[in-house]
Formats: sequence, structure tokens, C-alpha cells
Amino acid sequence: MSTQFTLPDAEEMLPVQVQINGVRHGASVPARRLLSDFLRHDLRLTGTHVGCEHGVCGACTILLDGEPVRSCLMFAVQATGHEITTVEGCGTIEAMGPVQQAFAECHGLQCGFCTPGFITTITAFLRENPAPRAPEAREAISGNLCRCTGYQNIVKSVLRAAEIMAEQGGQER
Amino acid sequence: MTTKMFGAPIQRREDPRLVTGGGHYLDDLGHTAYEAAFVRSPHAHARIVDIDVTEALETPGLIGIWTHEDLAGPVGQNLPLLIPHPALTAPRTGYALAKDEVNHVGEAIVLVVARDRYAAEDAAAKIRIDYDFLPVVVGLESARAATHLVHEEAPGNVSAHLRQEVGDVTAALAGAPHRLTFDLSIERSACMPMEGKGVYASWDRDAEHLTLWSSTQTSTGVRAAVAARLGLPLAKVDCITPDVGGGFGVKIMHPWPEEVLIPWAARLLEHPVKWTEDRREHFVSSAHERGQLQQVEVGFDDEGRILALDVKFWHDNGAYTPYGIIVPIITATQLLGPYKPGSYRVEFWSMFTNTVLVTPYRGAGRPQGCFAMERTMDGIADYLGVDRAEIRSRNFILPEEMPYDHGLMFQDGRPLKYDSGDFPASLAKLKELIGWDEFTAYREQARAEGRKVGLGIGCYVEGTGVGPYEGAHIVIETSGRVNVATGLTTQGQGHQTAFAQIVADELGVPIETVHVTTGDTRRMPYAVGTFASRAAVMSGNAIALAARAAKAKALKIAADALEVSEDDLQIEDGIISVKGMAEASMPIGTTAVLSNPLRYAFDEAAKAATQFAGTFDADKPPIGDDEEPGLEGKDFYSCTQATFANGMHAAIVETDPVTAEITILRYCVIHDCGTMINPMIVEGQVHGGVAQGVGGALYERMVYDEYGQLLNASFMDFLMPYASEVPHVEADHLETPSPLNPLGIKGAGEAGCIPVSAVIASAIEDAEGFPITAMPISPVDLWELRQQHERGELPALRRAHRDPA
Amino acid sequence: MKPAPFAHHAPRSLDEAVAVLGEVGHDGKVLAGGQSLIPMLSMRLAAPAHLIDINGVAGLDTIEVTPDAVRVGATVRHRALERSEHAYAVLPLLRQALVKVAHPAIRNRGTTVGSIAHADAAGEMPSIAVLTDAVIEVRGPGVAREIPAHEFFTGPLETALAADELVIAVRFGRFPAGTVTGFVESARRSGDYALAGVGVAIHGADDAVIAARASFVSVTDVPDVLDLSPVLAGANASDLAARADDLVTAVREHVAPEADIHASADYRRMLAAELTRRLVAEVMSA
Repeated sequence: MSTQFTLPDAEEMLPVQVQINGVRHGASVPARRLLSDFLRHDLRLTGTHVGCEHGVCGACTILLDGEPVRSCLMFAVQATGHEITTVEGCGTIEAMGPVQQAFAECHGLQCGFCTPGFITTITAFLRENPAPRAPEAREAISGNLCRCTGYQNIVKSVLRAAEIMAEQGGQER
Repeated sequence: MTTKMFGAPIQRREDPRLVTGGGHYLDDLGHTAYEAAFVRSPHAHARIVDIDVTEALETPGLIGIWTHEDLAGPVGQNLPLLIPHPALTAPRTGYALAKDEVNHVGEAIVLVVARDRYAAEDAAAKIRIDYDFLPVVVGLESARAATHLVHEEAPGNVSAHLRQEVGDVTAALAGAPHRLTFDLSIERSACMPMEGKGVYASWDRDAEHLTLWSSTQTSTGVRAAVAARLGLPLAKVDCITPDVGGGFGVKIMHPWPEEVLIPWAARLLEHPVKWTEDRREHFVSSAHERGQLQQVEVGFDDEGRILALDVKFWHDNGAYTPYGIIVPIITATQLLGPYKPGSYRVEFWSMFTNTVLVTPYRGAGRPQGCFAMERTMDGIADYLGVDRAEIRSRNFILPEEMPYDHGLMFQDGRPLKYDSGDFPASLAKLKELIGWDEFTAYREQARAEGRKVGLGIGCYVEGTGVGPYEGAHIVIETSGRVNVATGLTTQGQGHQTAFAQIVADELGVPIETVHVTTGDTRRMPYAVGTFASRAAVMSGNAIALAARAAKAKALKIAADALEVSEDDLQIEDGIISVKGMAEASMPIGTTAVLSNPLRYAFDEAAKAATQFAGTFDADKPPIGDDEEPGLEGKDFYSCTQATFANGMHAAIVETDPVTAEITILRYCVIHDCGTMINPMIVEGQVHGGVAQGVGGALYERMVYDEYGQLLNASFMDFLMPYASEVPHVEADHLETPSPLNPLGIKGAGEAGCIPVSAVIASAIEDAEGFPITAMPISPVDLWELRQQHERGELPALRRAHRDPA
Repeated sequence: MKPAPFAHHAPRSLDEAVAVLGEVGHDGKVLAGGQSLIPMLSMRLAAPAHLIDINGVAGLDTIEVTPDAVRVGATVRHRALERSEHAYAVLPLLRQALVKVAHPAIRNRGTTVGSIAHADAAGEMPSIAVLTDAVIEVRGPGVAREIPAHEFFTGPLETALAADELVIAVRFGRFPAGTVTGFVESARRSGDYALAGVGVAIHGADDAVIAARASFVSVTDVPDVLDLSPVLAGANASDLAARADDLVTAVREHVAPEADIHASADYRRMLAAELTRRLVAEVMSA
């Protein structure tokens, strides 16, 4: 554990300009503010969850310019100029996205804590692989930890989401 | 005709909110609260010589720093011993902040509160503590040797010693035609919910009222403990459970030091305070479970029927015993599974080590017991050359022998008496599902291809729905909205849906009108908690009873108003009507209006209840002697004993002939949890349990070095399975309804994980031809066992000789 | 687990980055992908006073294919290189190894050059660097130099870089025509650090091996190359079985695995050899 460092008198605040779920945000944050904390506490977008803070569990996964990224492994200041999509941007209760709808239909969640990370990951995956088979679906979700479901219904949810997207003519949020 | 809800696999009502980012977990609350961090011991056993906070005091954002010296009154006393037991002769609990000494890495020593977690950690990093190191005891062998003691007052490092015996095992062993012994071991794992612990507390100075939120499995337990520790009347404390990101047992333990300290700090500072556990903290300062060394001696006859079963085991309970000896008691009693040995003796020693404390993890001692019993069964089968399923069935308790009293005391202090279950039927279903009788041919085919495959089996019985009770309070509003409150908690089991299904059917109302609250002491202050696969049994039945009470009242009021007899009425889709006369009806909300005579009408519907509406009998008082206003039902469910679920799993595994990598090709589950409220939810519980079981069988173990340092305190090195490591589960059900409760329910929450280590060991042993006695097993472990076997240090199974590769 | 405070520098040009490094490099770290660095900062295993964020430096995000090499700039994400069809066409080994690096979410952010500069012998890309005789392009205050891969890695997590130097690109060498490559690793879980891994490049003509080399993951102190030409020269797919023992022996003698909580040294040695044997067979039969 490191106990020796030079502490600046007051922490320097740096600007962040980032688009999140289609909305522009500007803020001033310390350099060390993790993107996950920025989203959750500064912007109150608490849908993204923090499970480990070392990049392994995937609960914090958001889409950065459409690609899944661990928000606990980025600083907020690095997000400037990028577009971020969180689970809140994948659909609302009134208008759920296909992945969210599939999870609800297939019992793809139990406690729901890991779910946002799966939803963003799967949203990006299906965009590139709109008709996966079960083994591909399983592989696509093998970078996110879930302790409740045993993954079986999450695999089902991926396949069902693909169906829903095909039914909707491939339209998705 | 309304669709029946009970037994239907309907989608969960909580899901739309959860999948769109609308969950409210502990860290989502309290955005303006101060935040806490802790200085935790980096040493496993040491005396605290000095704590120097000088450097930390200048940290920007710091609010305060406290140590044990600052904790005056009950908050500074030992944390409670939750479940005392006469055999727990040397109990020991810790303090909210360590006093004078630390007994495991991770023990909290200093509380830091700051404006945010970053600042709190900055301050914590600058606190210097001097220690005098003490000898460290790690692992059961070391604890047993007792060269060093964890606690001076626990000689031999023994916290508890308990022996139970039914029949005369010594005599039966001596007289048995055959005897075998087994030495077995299981290593520690942990619940590891995706959300760690968390506490958020707010003190209302004017009302002198404390409200706390905790990511807990027992809001009533936490409330009571915090009230006691802070010297507050119960009426001035409320505990609310937010959405909880998994528990699996670690959150039934309470009060955690933080559950006491955060409210204490909030009151002291007169400002909300929050603590969100990070992952490293969770590894070193919550709880682990599963570590045991076991010795089994079994005496059996030529048919393989067990005449004498003599079990000794040593249970690693970590540095403290706040949860008592529930886990080893469960091992001792649930070990018997579906069998009826002629005599049984079980003796355990619960041992202290300088490691994280041990409290229940899904299964709570059953997996260890199942492992011991099922390895023994496989051992007997191999010795006699009898099919492993056949040996088990020769030892089964039969349906006609139910209820079956084992003559032992279970973890609830009540008799271990199986109420129901059809083990032969379960086994038949399992054999069919896995293709038990076709396996030999399959193995031959695989062998011809140079592949090694094996078939394994494991059976268990699970006592579920332990008491003392659960309750439900139902209030129906004038709008027809049905509010249901039960006091136990939810961590993903779908209670808002399953409990609503019960009420919808019992009352005859659309499920959309039913709203369930769990874990809020403001709404239902009498409860125990969610653990031991008890929620559906206990709360489910209480809710059904409360719903029946509410329904009876609604019918009574409607019968009066419609001037018919209650027997003439039915409720469907929320409308009470005379059977066969749809026009003579009223919505259930109207009976709610009529149930509460009003002076003041607050809306159109309420007018009907006011004094001049002409709806009341002038000769009777508005509220009669035994009546209460409102359309409510309140009831509790309590039972003389647990109700026993059972299950049987089978698996086919493949092992790589060179690298010893292990793949599960098929995994089959038969389980019997009585009647199921929502089969989709039950199956989800089974899948999740199997995944944790697979984790525990092949991947997860806590690795401590000899200094008590946890070497794998992160998700990088503590290997929880991803989807790629978990097999597809094929499940089928049997339903032998419980005769003990009105709904016939048995618990299902822990079913999936109980036999998995036993099943995988059984299958690997079958593939390899030598015994597997220690779990978890990794490819490296298996590879080393192969070498031992090749060197002649590990004997082959008898059937390996009979059936050479 | 929150990082300790640091001063954040975000140079926009290479010159600026080098200048900043000159000033603060001795108590600073370069931040590119951050997938290895940020967890260390969050766990406070490292607390540099300065972080030099090079993600905004112009000109470091290109992939260039030349007749001799695939040149990858410092801020190219693993995923971009993995997806580059042009790079794959000329040096398929890159994609073969990249798909084994952690998980896609990590690869979307982590950089290949960063992974090489991090010099973890349990990482895939340092192994690929030596296997392809890569050249590491370095800049520092007043310094522009090139370091061959086999001189770059000086010890576990140690490189020949000075504290004020920056890797701006890595040129992975292309193999001669007629070379087939493969990469395989074995990890406990999807995306974990491998217990052992191996990459091979086999150059053949007229159905016979001319030259062959291998490099390993997780079983050597420092990434290095094993010349398999003595064992495999002249071999074709059908007489490979006869050389299997020699191949296994060569690997077993070359690697120097260490034990950790996941595997013993002996197991890793066996695994490295067995994976090599299987990979060579697979690559040669393709």
C-alpha cells in the first residue's frame, strides 16, 4: 500500500464535456474521478453499477462510442468528446429496448445488479451479430459476472433479443 | 375467467424497473451523505500498540476519525452472539472497531468519515498503526495442532464441540460385515454477491429518529441490533432494505460493524453518513464458508445398507463466532440426506483460525454434509461392485416411512423429522434424464475416441422454511389497490411477483393491483429474515393466510351490503359478485370504503362511507366490538418444524487425458420443492445454485498464506465462473407438496448448490478410476493426483480393475 | 478503492508529451488504455504524482502496413488492430493472439503498444512482439531510438525504457511468404491470464518445414523466442508424430515457469509443451 505521495493543496478540477444517452453534459471534476463514479454520483445515472473496480465483473460496462468499455477503468476526464450510452439510454419502462424486453421475458435477471452491464454488452454484440446461435451468445456474455442466474436465462435473453430485433425489422435504440 | 396466477411462470413485475436502470441499491441512495472508509488490519494476529492519526488530520474533505476509544456505551461492547448454543463453550465476537488486538486481516480498526469516499480513503491511507505481531493460526491442521492459539480463552482453538448419536454406532460398526473409512476435505469459498455490503443512515434530530438502509437479508434483525447498540428505543429506529444486489447468506449475518458504526456516526455528526463496501473489503472483512476436514467410518452389509455411520469433522469458523455454530450443525444433520443408516454418530469441533469469520453461504453446511455422505455412498458401491444409484436406493427412506424422525435436533432446535418426499421417484426421474443406464455404452464410445468421460451422482435433502415465523399485513385501499407487506427481505428472488401471485389468486384480484413491500420495518416490523430457503414457505403462507383474512372481511362486508350470504359470493378480477348474478356486484374497493366509516369524504367513492350515506345500521356502532376499521388482513405463519425438500443431480464430465482440464458435458437436476408459486423463478434459483456449486467444485477457494494473508482477494484471482465455465442445466421437477403448510410449499433457494461438489467428484472419479476426496479440484490438482496414482501412492477404484481402460 | 490524487497532463502533440515526460516522468506514469494501470491506481498499489494521458496526442492512432511490418501506433486499441482486415491479411498472428487478450470490453480500451510497454510475460502481445522480431520505437527528451523486442524486455514487468521515455509505436515484423502461424493458450476462465500459452510461426515450402519458432505466455520470466527449426526442419504434417517427443523436450527445456496460486511450475511446463505439440500439429495440417 502506497502511503507516500505529494498531495496538491486542493485538487485541481478539470472540465468534462461528454454526450450521454444523447444529452450533452458539462462538468468540472477531479482528474482521478472514475467515469463510473461520475455517471453515478455526479450525474445521478445510477443504472450503471460498480461490482469490483478492477475491470473483471463487468457490472460497470457502458458503451463508449458504441463499444462496451468498463467505466471503472476510465477517468471521467477521458470521456470528453465521446458519446456514452448507459443502460438508461437503452430504453425506458414505457419504451424498452429489445435487450431489456428480452431480459424481462426470459427471466434473465434476479437481483438485477449485474444486469446493466450485460444489457450494454449485448446491445453492442447484437448490433454486429444479429443472428447468433446459443454458443456464440454464451461466448459474448462470458466477460460479465452474474452470481444469481447461472447465465442460462441470460443466454436465452440474447437469443430472444435477436428475435425481437428481427421482428422489429432490425430497429433498435 | 381469470387465469390462475399461482403456479404460473409469469414475468416478474420488478423487471421493467430493474432492466431500465431504475434499481435503487444502497449506493444509489444518499448522494449528499458523508462517506466512510475504514483502516483495516493488514495483519492476521497482532496487538495494537499505537494508532497515529496526525498526518491524516489535514486531509481535505475529512470530517472525522474514530477508534475504539471513542465508542462509549453499548456501541463499544462486543458485537452480539446471535445464536448461542450450549455446545459453543468458547464463543468469541469482535468489536465494531478493534479493541487492543486484531484477529484477522481485514478487521476494522479505524473509522474515517469524509465528504466523499476518495477523501476518506486519502485520510485512511495516512493513518499509521504500530503492531506487536502475534503467532498466526491458519488452516484446520494448524488449528488442531494448537501450537498457537487464536484466543487465549479457547484452548485447542476449539470454540465448540458437539456430538449427536442415534443408536449404538460402536456396536453396529463392530458387528458390520464390511467397514470403510474416508478422509475428506472441502476448502473455503464465499457468497460473493455482485453488490457488497452497504449502510446509509440518517438521524432526524428533531424527531430523535434514526432511519437506516442496509443491504441486508434481515431488516428487523439490523433494526433491533442497532437500537440496542445505540441505546435507542425500538420505536425510534427504522431499517429499510433497498434493492439488494445478491446476498446468498453473507447479508444475513448482522450487525456488521459498519451497520452499527454508520448510524452511530450519523447521529453523532447529525448528518447522513453512507458506507459502500468495495470488493477488496468484501474479501477480507465480510465472511467465508465451506472449509472442513472430515473423517467418515461406515459399516455396511452385503447389500450395501448402512448399519453404522460414524462422522467426525473439523469446521473452520474463522476468527469469531457471531453466528454461532449453525453451519456445522446443519452439516451434522443434513449429512444424512435421503438415507436411513441403522445408527449414526456425528461429532464436530468448530475451530478458530486467524482468518475472516465464517457465516452461512447458500447451502450453509449442507454441501459439506452432502459431500461426506455421497462420497461414502460411492465408496460403498465401488467396494461391493454395485451400481451407485442402486446402492443409494437401497438406503432410501421410502415414501411410506414418512414422516421419518431421525432422532436428532435440527438447526432450528426442533426435531429432524422429514415430512414428505419420494426419493425413489426422484431417482427414477434423474436416471432417465441423464441416461444413467446408457452411460456405459457412451463411455466405451468415448474411450475408443481416446476421450475420458465419467458419470457422477449426488442426492440431498434440505430442511427449509425454518421458523420462528413470518408475517404479512395486507391493506386494501378504496381504489382497489392491494398493499402487501411482509418483513423479510429480497435479494433477487422475485418476491414482488411471487407473493403478488399468491394474493391475486387468494383474493381474486388482478395481479396488477397487488403491490408487495419487503424488508421495511415501517411496514411490517415483525419478521426474521431471508435465509435457509424459507421465504416462500414462511412469508408465502403468511401472505396467503393474511389474504384469506382480508377476503373473509371483504365478503362479509359485501354480503351485508348486497344482503346475501357470504357463500353466495365470489371475487373475480377484483369484483365481488353473487354467483350466477353478475349484476349484483361491487368492486372490492367499495368494500374497503364501507369497511371504514368516515366523517369526511375525501373523494367520490368515500362519500358512500360517510355518516349520512345511509349505508350503516343505526342500531349498531360504526365499529363493532371485535372489529377494526379498514379492509385489512394480518396473519403470521409459524410451524412446529422445517419442511424437507430434496433433490438429485447427475453430471457427465470429460477430463483431458494430458492436461487434466475438466469439462462438464451435461448437468441434470431433479428437484422437489413441493408446490411452486412461479416455476420460472424456481428454475432460476436452481440455475444460480448450480453455477455457485460449479464454482465451488472447480474454481473457487480462498487462498491464505501462513501469515494469514488472503492471496486472492480480487476477482482476478478468486475465480468465480463466467458463462463459459457454467454448464447448461437440464432440470425437471417432482412435486411432493409439504403437508405442513397450507400452500404445500418447500423452499428452493439453496437447492442448486448443495450436491454439486459431490456430483463433480463422483463424475471425475468415474472418469479417472481413482477416488476424489478433496474439493475444489482444478486441472492442476487432478494432474497431480494422476501422478500420485501412477506412482502407486493413490489406489485405484475397484471398478477400475474390473473395468480396465 | 479510489485512486490517490495525481496531476493530470493531456498533451496534444508528441513534442508536448515528450516535454512533459521530461519534467515529471520520474514520478509519473503514461496513461494510454489504462486497463492495467487504473486498477493498480484504484487499489493504491501505485500512486504516481503525475499521469501523462497520451490518448489525445495526434498521430499515435494509426495502423500502417509496410512490406516488412505492421506498424501500430501507441494509442491503437487492441480491438482496432484485431479488426483490421489489412493487418490480418499480412500478419494473421496478430488477430490470432489478440482475441485471447482479456475480454472485448478490455480490448476496446486497452492498447497493444501499452501492453507491450507494460511487459508482463503473462500478456499475449509481448510474446507476439518477440515472435515477430518487433521493433519498439521510442521517444524521449532529445531521444529518438529503436529497440529490438528481444532487447526491450529486461525482466518481469521491466523494460529498457527510461522513466522519461515513451513508446510511440511497435513495428511487428512480417513473416516470409509460406509462413503459417497460430496462437493458443489455456486459462482457467474465459479471458483470464493464461496458465500457459504459445504462439508459433512455421515457414515451409514444398510441404516441408524450413524454419519454425515459438514464443510463450506465462511460462518465462521475460518474453523470448524458442527456435524450433532444429526439431522441425524438413518435417511435414504426416511425420510430425515422430518428432513430437523432441518438440516436447525442446519446449520443456526452454521454459522457466514459476508456481503461483493457480498452477505449479511442473504443470505449466507440461501444459506449455502439450499446447505447443497440439498447436504445431494443427497449424501444419491446415
